[in-house]
Amino acid sequence: MIPELGHLALIIALCLAAAQSFFGLGGAQRGNLIWMNAVRPAAVGQSFFVMLAFGALAYAFLTNDFSVAYVAANSNIALPWVYKFTAVWGAHEGSLLLWVFVLAIWTVAVAHFSRHLPQDFSSRVLGVLGIISIGFLLFMLTTSDPFGRLLPPAAQGADLNPILQDPGMAIHPPMLYMGYVGMSVAFAFAVAALLSGRMDVMWARWSRPWTLVAWLFLTCGITFGSWWSYYVLGWGGFWFWDPVENASFMPWLVATALVHSLAVTEKRGAFKSWTALLAIAAFSLSLLGTFLVRSGILISVHAFASDPRRGIFILAMLGVFVGVALFLYAWRAPTFSQRGGGFKIFSRETFLLLNNVFLVVAAAAVLLGTLYPLVLGALKIGQISVGPPYFDHIFVPLMLPFFVLIGIGPYVRWKHGSVTEVLSKLRIPAALALWAGVVMIVLLRAEVSFIATAGVLLAAWTIFSALQEPLQRLWQRLHHRHVSLPRSVFGMSIAHLGAGLMILGVTVNTMLGITIDRVMKPGSSVAVHGYQFTFQGVHAVSGPNYRAVQGAFAVTRAGKKVALIYPEKRQFRHDVTTTNAAIAAGPFRDLYVALGNPLGQDSWSVRIEYKPLVRFIWLGGLTMMLGGFIATLDKRYRQVRVPATVDVSAPPKDADTDLAKAPER
Amino acid sequence: MRTWVLIGACLLLMVTHVVWAIDSEPPFSDPILEYRYEHLLQVIRCLQCMDENIANSDAPLAADFRRQIHAMVAEGRSEQQIKQYMVNRYGDFVLYDPPLQTSTWLLWTGPFLLLGIAILVVILVVRRRARMDEEREI
Amino acid sequence: MRRRLFFILPMLVLLALMGFFWRGLYLNPTIVSSPLIGKPVPDFSLSRLHNPKATFDQNQLKGQISLVNVWATWCVACRDEQQTLLAFSQQKVVPIYGFDYKDDRQSALQWLAERGNPYAAVAFDPIGNVAINWGVYGAPETFLIDAHGIIRFKYIGPITPKVIRTDFLPRIQALRREGT
Repeated sequence: MIPELGHLALIIALCLAAAQSFFGLGGAQRGNLIWMNAVRPAAVGQSFFVMLAFGALAYAFLTNDFSVAYVAANSNIALPWVYKFTAVWGAHEGSLLLWVFVLAIWTVAVAHFSRHLPQDFSSRVLGVLGIISIGFLLFMLTTSDPFGRLLPPAAQGADLNPILQDPGMAIHPPMLYMGYVGMSVAFAFAVAALLSGRMDVMWARWSRPWTLVAWLFLTCGITFGSWWSYYVLGWGGFWFWDPVENASFMPWLVATALVHSLAVTEKRGAFKSWTALLAIAAFSLSLLGTFLVRSGILISVHAFASDPRRGIFILAMLGVFVGVALFLYAWRAPTFSQRGGGFKIFSRETFLLLNNVFLVVAAAAVLLGTLYPLVLGALKIGQISVGPPYFDHIFVPLMLPFFVLIGIGPYVRWKHGSVTEVLSKLRIPAALALWAGVVMIVLLRAEVSFIATAGVLLAAWTIFSALQEPLQRLWQRLHHRHVSLPRSVFGMSIAHLGAGLMILGVTVNTMLGITIDRVMKPGSSVAVHGYQFTFQGVHAVSGPNYRAVQGAFAVTRAGKKVALIYPEKRQFRHDVTTTNAAIAAGPFRDLYVALGNPLGQDSWSVRIEYKPLVRFIWLGGLTMMLGGFIATLDKRYRQVRVPATVDVSAPPKDADTDLAKAPER
Repeated sequence: MRTWVLIGACLLLMVTHVVWAIDSEPPFSDPILEYRYEHLLQVIRCLQCMDENIANSDAPLAADFRRQIHAMVAEGRSEQQIKQYMVNRYGDFVLYDPPLQTSTWLLWTGPFLLLGIAILVVILVVRRRARMDEEREI
Repeated sequence: MRRRLFFILPMLVLLALMGFFWRGLYLNPTIVSSPLIGKPVPDFSLSRLHNPKATFDQNQLKGQISLVNVWATWCVACRDEQQTLLAFSQQKVVPIYGFDYKDDRQSALQWLAERGNPYAAVAFDPIGNVAINWGVYGAPETFLIDAHGIIRFKYIGPITPKVIRTDFLPRIQALRREGT
């Protein structure tokens, strides 16, 4: 009964989504107030029914309703209840429902927080979101119904894929989807602005906080995904440039560019059409990711032949959503005023443009590398693999100049900057960064390559230059001077600090990390970077729904005990095994042990890794997130109502958020 | 995110549960050979697992590849020879590091071409804006 | 007008990508085509499954058109194609040679005894070294070898009657017409 209600709720949601987009877009077009008044109730109702459907599926999982085919395929009586819940999004149909559920959350949020916007504008935004809902609801109802029944019901269900039975499953997909789907809001704002033909500064100001929040969720999702794949998926790697990882990285890069470009458009009224294009691109790449993951086109997880309708449906959806948006763009954007004022060559505007150049080229490089094998295949030219070596080769030269600029940009004034002023402000960070580079070379001597030195130097540069301004203002405040540090500026400094920490972690870990594969017998030991790893043997353990072989390793350093760690090889039903590495984590280094294969006579192949500063990678991600969060709290975004008389084409007056501006004394 | 890939890998019809890996080769005493071996494991793809290199895969095929490569490194073959050996049998698909050839020319140069074009556009835009700025001041 | 073109560019990029995606949907990226097609069978020498003392090498594959089927007892999909291969072997169109891949001799012999043996002879490769020379990356895989011992075609995945009809028989007939 409940599953049928869930199915019905999806159908009702589809009808309401149709109403939402019809009244939203139609009402705004005809200026019909009654229609526009109907948009919010329709949007909220649509979201309510989607959430109801989600609840129905979750209920089916938690009550072991194995008469539902999807539940039977992805759950099991023995599964711990938390994983029964996360199993809701454990496979295609349910994760699609999660997608729509997250869209519903965003829709409700937009419906609620858009009341102060002009009604025709907010109606259009909700109308566009409604269209996206229609697309995904139709997709689910026609090709991927999660509520289909199984006759006769299964006795106890297959199981959730063991790899997914991990706490990461509770955080990573929902956060990632919040980010992906959040890009639809920036997209909807851009399309609404294109539709209304009123692409102005206010549009940028309105969409900025939404973009920022979506960006920080995306950052969170990717960071957690990276962490998860590091600790659970066997041999360990925080990033492998896999097509699916790239599918989340591309929207992130473009969203990061968008966050910066919105700043220019909001403050200076410049580059409106470029900003709109980025907003469209960020969501398009999210959709592209959905397509790549679910169609089997690149990684061929599921043989496509099983259900050709899915890939075709998403492709059609991608074509319609993005195609219409880009058509509108080609039609309307050339007519936008190119006003917005000039600026000198050495100015904040130039630096933000360069930021966009590097981020967008980086995104394009990822896109090229990800799709190139597909294009060659489609043209029947050959089959190639594009993997980490390629992306490393391409990314390092792109990122080196980028991280030089990231330290300078925030200190350059809008419109016309002064080279001498910037130089005097950045003296200290530059000196500290050079010092860090020299220390690195002296300490490690022959071991360091040029790239490692450059990476550490740039990371130090980014970190110190990001800290300089907040610390300076804090210092002044301690000396009882009235100095303000707007939250958006503070947030930016923190986010840049996070980028620096991440680069530091990636560089040091890549360059100085040690990996050793050994055959070990109980009692034998291996020394890695001063740490002594002693294998104490294996014993069997059992979990709620698996059996495992657990190894024990004692780690000592200079005779002193450091840690006792237990890597596992878990065996689930159907002979699926997972390799769960054991990690002795520390702020400055991780010691990582994974059990390979038994080789007979008690000996095992073992992988031991020393990973310096690996935690900085995720610490950096979290710090970036925190920066984004602080920036969204900026008081400018909390103004409730725009006075009807405001001249929306004029740049905002509160330009006091300018970091380059000398602190008042 | 890798997870979604791995789910699929498990569904592949050729996956087997029997573990045959015999990674019992001794490490190389010569650090150059050890480096060559480790590096090759990073760039050679395990075809059975769809998207893992053979250093990270515990699929049986990856273990076979490792054993074969270990033997060839021990014979003193160069990295290029070993890569060619694999390519002769499995095609370019087996390398994560696609060789520079006619069909991959755009892949390797594309990002930098694009960067060049983008920087050119920025220069044009910035110069125009700088002129706008001067005009306004006048 | 030139300015307009600039704004149309993103749409053109989208259209091009859509075209590639459309084509890509009908390709299976898990099937890696072999560079050995058109090349002679690599030199090898393996013991025979039924008679460990006898060897099986590339010379056995010369003189007539034949199939070489890579299989193993651990391979689930091989179970599916077993019946098809049996039926095809009884038609005596071409001999089918087995290539027992990374397997255990005892269980392989038992499997053939229980399920029927479609193979004219079976080469036994317990560690998979020879398989690497053949470019094998899983089981089942099936090679079509012409009378000169040249690999002409490779099919990846389980053989079904449809695969025999559409992929193998036309090629075998073409080879016969060629007179090889």
